[in-house]
Amino acid sequence: MHFANTLRVALRALRRNTLRSLLTALGMIIGVAAVITMVSIGSGAKAQVEAQVASLGQNLITVMPGSYSSGGMRGGFGSSVSLTPEDADAIAAEVANIDGLSAEVRDRNQVLANGLNWNTNVNGVGPDYPYVRNWPMEAGAMFTEQDVKSLAKVCVIGKTVADQMFPNEDPVGQTLRIRNLPFRILGVLSPKGFSIFGSDEDDVVLIPYTSHMRRVSRRTSISMIRIQAADADKVAQVKQSVEDLLTQRRRGREPDFTVRTQEELASAATATAKTMTGLLAGIAGVSLIVGGIGIMNIMLVSVTERTREIGIRLAIGAHGKDVLTQFLIEAILLSSLGGLVGVAVGVGGSQALSSYNGWPVLVPTTWIFISVAGSALVGIISGFYPAYKAAQLDPIDALRYE
Amino acid sequence: MSPVVKIQDLHKIYESGEVPVHAVRGVSLEIQRGEFIALMGASGSGKSTLMNMLGCLDRPTRGTYELDGINIDELDRNELADLRNQKLGFVFQGFNLLARTTALENVELPMLYGRHRKVSMEKIRERAMHCLEIVGLANRFDHFPNQLSGGQQQRVAIARGLVNEPQVLLADEPTGNLDSKTSVEVMGVFQKLNDQGITIVMVTHELDIAKYCRRNLILRDGVVVRDELVADRTIAEEEMQRIKAAEAAAKLTHQAKPGS
Repeated sequence: MHFANTLRVALRALRRNTLRSLLTALGMIIGVAAVITMVSIGSGAKAQVEAQVASLGQNLITVMPGSYSSGGMRGGFGSSVSLTPEDADAIAAEVANIDGLSAEVRDRNQVLANGLNWNTNVNGVGPDYPYVRNWPMEAGAMFTEQDVKSLAKVCVIGKTVADQMFPNEDPVGQTLRIRNLPFRILGVLSPKGFSIFGSDEDDVVLIPYTSHMRRVSRRTSISMIRIQAADADKVAQVKQSVEDLLTQRRRGREPDFTVRTQEELASAATATAKTMTGLLAGIAGVSLIVGGIGIMNIMLVSVTERTREIGIRLAIGAHGKDVLTQFLIEAILLSSLGGLVGVAVGVGGSQALSSYNGWPVLVPTTWIFISVAGSALVGIISGFYPAYKAAQLDPIDALRYE
Repeated sequence: MSPVVKIQDLHKIYESGEVPVHAVRGVSLEIQRGEFIALMGASGSGKSTLMNMLGCLDRPTRGTYELDGINIDELDRNELADLRNQKLGFVFQGFNLLARTTALENVELPMLYGRHRKVSMEKIRERAMHCLEIVGLANRFDHFPNQLSGGQQQRVAIARGLVNEPQVLLADEPTGNLDSKTSVEVMGVFQKLNDQGITIVMVTHELDIAKYCRRNLILRDGVVVRDELVADRTIAEEEMQRIKAAEAAAKLTHQAKPGS
């Protein structure tokens, strides 16, 4: 029998029991829709994490002080006070393939301006900081190397601080008081949103790290060094060079620093999202199996119901293969139509979730193909046994069947 | 001319039950082209078993069957299906049309399973339409079986049996589900086809239906006990006219009554 005719016969058989076909296909629709929705939510979450990691900057390497230990008591990472501005200068001078570098001193302080006050992060950084963090200015400009050298009382503020302190006016050119010292505002950073760790990145005041150490916090050590490698494939090499250099500068003392790359951070963060996606898709996949069982059940019923029809077809010259193909196509049609509708429902559902709950949702195209192919496969697997049973019928018995 | 059906010492033993059933016990038979045969017999006489073997739906336990010169013993399941498709036409007691499928599509069906795949859909449609014309149902081609009377359904089934130009048209109690007037109508179709040279073998247990055929075979306990030519053959057309006349007369008397 021509394929077009077989297809026509299968479609007609499905139409004959429209409600039953719909209910059977519903199993596939729900299964596929669940897979698509779950995978979309999972990939959305993963993409968001990746975007947050990328927002830290590109090809980033961070150097943190190691743990401080005294008389058997050990502090955590960053508790040591051994990382100095000189370390940063040495790295900048001696390590190749560096695009940008910024020492960083972190602190929290009460800031005053415009008759208002606000408790915020006051970080001492270098002039490369916005570049390394991939964080452009919204207004004004970043302070310069000269400002760092001269311990200038200048600052750049984040969007949140700008909104809090200067609700109705342009902050650039105004003065901000930190520890009662006036700092001239040179610029405002563009909004960056929340970090991976959930803190507001824009709630920040940046001042030259030298000014921070001498005038504000009076510290002798720095909190971290951020380095941007020139190229993605130079990251490992730069990391190695930085470790070597710092070890050498410690002159045989135990290394009291840690060097991490962004990839290490990113892989840890995305691994969670990946696990979640896999888990969700796995659960949704179970409903696909349930849908397949539903199809097999209905196809078995259908074969029994249509025994006489099969008998007629066999008597007038159909081969077993023809009957097998007919029922198999019916099952595949049922499952893949269900799969297609399921994709539509899944995509629609993901969009609805995204707009209603504000969840980041990403519908991966490959999963659409996987789902449709998967549902067709389910149709083949669940339709084969009933179709085979039909093809093996004896025409005389089938014709006699009431 | 060689016989279209040649059976020699055909046996069929069913082993499925506790006791083997010897349904057909040595039937030898030759059917020439253009014959019109009624297979008769009480139930259990083996006529249906013989018919199934004639229709290549069942294989004999012993003996040989040659259809149009082909020994069916040498064929596998698919080759038998092709043989049924090409050389035989089937008409069943219960019509056995596909439901929710138009008359025309029902008639097309054997051609769709034909292995002569080169035939275009238009040719198939044309041929099916022609066969519906032969049985006088061309104007009902787009009707579904449930929109047709029993006689019309059986005529569609006959058209389906004819569509691949079979060597033999096999009919299993074709009038079994029909009233007497419709039976005459269907027998008329068979007679017309036979007059055109088509070989027909039908199973019936009604003597007056068998009288429309040219040759009657009577089976009892799996053997042919009588094989005779029909002497005073009933002609469907004459019978139809007689029925119509009787109906008209009945109508007249019916109409006359209230007036008197």
